[in-house]
Amino acid sequence: MFVELGHFCLILALFVTVVQSTVPIIGAARRHLGWMAVGRTCALAAFLLIGCAMAALMHAYIVSDFSVINVIENSHTDKPLLYKISGVWGNHEGSMLLWVFMLSLCAAAVAVFSANLPPALRARVLAVQGMIGVGFLLFILFTSNPFLRAATPPANGHGLNPVLQDPGLAFHPPFLYLGYVGFSVAFAFAVAALIEGKVDAAWARWVRPWTLASWCALTIGIAMGSWWAYYTLGWGGWWFWDPVENASFMPWLVGTALIHSSIVVEKRDTLKSWTILLAIITFSLSLVGTFLVRSGVLTSVHAFATDPARGTFILLLLLAAIGGSLTLYAVRAPSLQGGGLFAPVSREGALVLNNLLLSCGCATVFLGTLYPLFLDAMNGPKLSVGFPFFNRTFVPLMVPMIIALGIGPMLAWKRGDLLGAMQRLWVAFVAAALAALIAYYVTTGGPVFAIIGLALAAWLGAAVIAEWTERIGLFRMPLTASLRRAIHLPRAAHGMTAAHFGMAVFVAGVSASAFDREAIEVVPLGGRLQVASYTLELQSVDPVTGPNYRAERATIRITKGSEEITIVHPERRFFTLQQQTTSETSIRTNFLADLYVALGEADAAGKWTIRAYYKPLVPWIWIGAVIMAFGGAVSLSDRRWRVGVAQRRRLGSAVLPAAGE
Amino acid sequence: MRRLLYLAPVGLFLVLAGYFAFSLRPGYDPHTLPSAMIDKEAPVFELARLAGNGTIGREALKGHPVVVNFFASWCVPCRVEHPLLMRLAQREHIPLIGIAYKDKPADSARLLAQFGDPYRDVGMDRDGRTGLDFGVYGVPETYVIDATGHIRKRFVGPLSAEAVDHELLPLLRTLGGS
Repeated sequence: MFVELGHFCLILALFVTVVQSTVPIIGAARRHLGWMAVGRTCALAAFLLIGCAMAALMHAYIVSDFSVINVIENSHTDKPLLYKISGVWGNHEGSMLLWVFMLSLCAAAVAVFSANLPPALRARVLAVQGMIGVGFLLFILFTSNPFLRAATPPANGHGLNPVLQDPGLAFHPPFLYLGYVGFSVAFAFAVAALIEGKVDAAWARWVRPWTLASWCALTIGIAMGSWWAYYTLGWGGWWFWDPVENASFMPWLVGTALIHSSIVVEKRDTLKSWTILLAIITFSLSLVGTFLVRSGVLTSVHAFATDPARGTFILLLLLAAIGGSLTLYAVRAPSLQGGGLFAPVSREGALVLNNLLLSCGCATVFLGTLYPLFLDAMNGPKLSVGFPFFNRTFVPLMVPMIIALGIGPMLAWKRGDLLGAMQRLWVAFVAAALAALIAYYVTTGGPVFAIIGLALAAWLGAAVIAEWTERIGLFRMPLTASLRRAIHLPRAAHGMTAAHFGMAVFVAGVSASAFDREAIEVVPLGGRLQVASYTLELQSVDPVTGPNYRAERATIRITKGSEEITIVHPERRFFTLQQQTTSETSIRTNFLADLYVALGEADAAGKWTIRAYYKPLVPWIWIGAVIMAFGGAVSLSDRRWRVGVAQRRRLGSAVLPAAGE
Repeated sequence: MRRLLYLAPVGLFLVLAGYFAFSLRPGYDPHTLPSAMIDKEAPVFELARLAGNGTIGREALKGHPVVVNFFASWCVPCRVEHPLLMRLAQREHIPLIGIAYKDKPADSARLLAQFGDPYRDVGMDRDGRTGLDFGVYGVPETYVIDATGHIRKRFVGPLSAEAVDHELLPLLRTLGGS
C-alpha cells in the first residue's frame, strides 16, 4: 500500500512542479502577485510529496518488501538496518529519487528563506527550479521507476554490493547530491537574472549563501567519498581520477570559482556576465556528470546498471537545460552593464586569476575524463588517460594558484601594491623555506615535488595567518584591542581565513604522501614485520561471523622500540551471497601520521600476507577538507546575508510596488 | 564580434552534445569497442618479465588460445575485475598473460601479492608502447588471441561476469575446439 502511495505522490509531485514551472513565471511577466505567489506554495507541496515518496521507498527497504523489484535487486533480510536504509540510494532508481528529493529540498528552502527577495525574482527562481524538477520527475517515472512491483515476489533479495556496505558510503551520496543539486539554486538565480536582464550587488548577495552552502556540502561529500576509498579499497590510495570522482570534482572546481567571482560582483559590481556564466556552468557540470554516470558512455567502477534509453532521455534534458540557459545567456548577457574598473594587480585581479586557474583546471579534468569519448568519435590515435595525465596537467596548474592564494587577500581593491604585500608576507617566505629545508633534511632528499608541495603548504598557511593577524592587529596593539577587532570582524572574513588555511592543510597532506613507507610480507603466526620505526607481530587469525558475511580477523600487536602502541584487528570479509571478498583495514592514527594495516590472503603453508603502510600527514587531507567546509559554514553565518544592505537595496530596485504579501 | 563571444558557450555545448549523441548511437557498447586490430596478428612486442627472468614476446602467445589482459596498480576498475580473472585462472584454467601498463614494477608486484596472481606470465609495458600497438586506450583492457596469434576479440573496461560467461568463455571454447 505504501509503495503505491509513494508512486502516487511522485506522480502528483510531477503535476505540482508543472504548475510551479509555469504559473509563477507568467505571473512575473504580467506582474500578477497572486500568480507569482503560487511558486512558493508549489515548491513546498512538491517537497512534501517527494518526501513522502522517499519515505515510502525507505519503508519498503526497511521492512524488506520483496514485492518491489528495486528492493529485490538491492536488499536482503540479513543486511544491517543502516545498509537497508542506505541501500535506498545505492542503486540507480533510488539515487535518482534522492536527487529529485534534494532538488525539491533546495526549492523549498528558497521558498522559505527568500522573504526579502523581490517577488518577481523569487517567482522566476522557483519556476526555473520547477522546470528542472519536471525534467527529472519525468525521467524517474518513465525510465527508472523505483516503485515497480514484481509479479512473483522471491523469498529474499540479491543484497547490496559488499563494497558499498560501509558507514562512510552510507552518508556520502546525500552530501554529494546536496552539493550537486544545491548549485541548481545559483543556476536558477542566474537564469532568472538573465530573464530580468539585471544583475547587481544585491543579486550577488542573494546567490552567495546558496552557493556557499552547496559548496560546503559538496566538499564534505567528496571528502567522505575519498576517505571511503582510502580505507576500504585496502590500497592506501585516496583519489583515482575515476570518471565518477571527476564528475563530482568538476562542479567543485567551478563552484569554487563562482564563490570567488560573486564576491567581485557583490563588492565591485563588475564581472557580471562571467559570474552568470559560471553559475550556469557549475550546475551544467553536475548535470553532465549525472549523464556520464547514468548513460554508460564511459565505463567506471561506480556505474550502476546502464540503459541507453536513460542516456537518451538525460541527453534531451541536458539539451533543454544547458542549451536553453546558454542560449538565453548568448542573447541577454551582452546587455549586462559592467561596473567598476580595476588594475591587473588588485584584489579583483587576484580573484580573476583564481577564476582563470580554476576554470583551466576544470577544463583539463573535463578533457581527461571525456578523452576516450572524443577519440572514439574521431577514430583518432590511441591514447590512454589516467594518473599520469592528471598529475602532469592538473597539478602544475594548482601551483601558481596556491602561490597567488597567499598574496590575493593582502591586495587592496581596485589597485593593489604587490611589492608591499610581498614585504608583509616575509613570514610566509621564511616558513616556506624552513618547511622545504626540514622536509629535505628529515626525508634525506625525498622527491623534489613533495618538498615543493610542503613548502607551498607552509607558504599558504603562514600567509593566511599573517593576513589574519594583520587584520585583527595582533602584536601591534594590546591583546584586548585585538580581541575586540576579531569579534567585530565580519564572520565572512574569519570564514575565508579558515577555508584558505584548510587548503594549506590539505596541500600538506597530499604532498607528504610521497614519503609513505610500506612493507608487504608473508608472515607466519607469531611472525614479525617492520614498517618505519614500528614492529608488527601477527599474534593470531580467528574466524568471525558477521550478519551477512564470514571473516578472518587478525590480531596484530604494534610496538615501537620496547613500548606497546596498540593492538589492531584487520579483517578479510567474505560475503557468501555475492561470493565477494572485501578487506577491512585497520588504521591507527595520531593525526600526524597513519599506520595502515591490511590483511591479505593465506598461502598453503598457513602464512598470511600482511601489508602495512606508514603514511605521514595523510589524515590532513581530510582534516583540510573539513576545515575548508567549516570555513564555508562560518562565512555562511555572517549576519550580512540576513539583514542589512540586501534589504535596503531592494527598496531601491524592486520591480514592483511593495504591495500584496 | 563581441556577440560571437557570447555565443561561444552554447556553441561549445552543442558540439559536446553531438559527441554525447554519437556515443549513444544504437549498437554502441563501450565495453566491446570494435578494434582495428580484430583478426589481425597481435603486434610484435618484447617486454621484460615482472618476475625478473628474461623477456616475454609475441611468440609466447602462439600455440594455443590465450587471453591478454592489460592492467595497472593505479587503476581501480582493474581491482574490480580482479576476482573474475582469479576465477578464470583457477576454475576455468584459462591461460592469462598480464601486461602491466605504465606501472612501476614494485607496484604491480604488490597488487598481485595482495589480490593473488591470475597470470601465467606478466610483461612490463612501462612506457605504454606495447599498449599503443595493441590499441589500448585505458586499462583494464582484455584481448582474446587464438592459437595462430591473431586477435579475435577485445573487451574495453573491466570484464563483467556476463561478458565472461556469454562471450569470453564461449569464444575460447570455439577457438580451443578448432
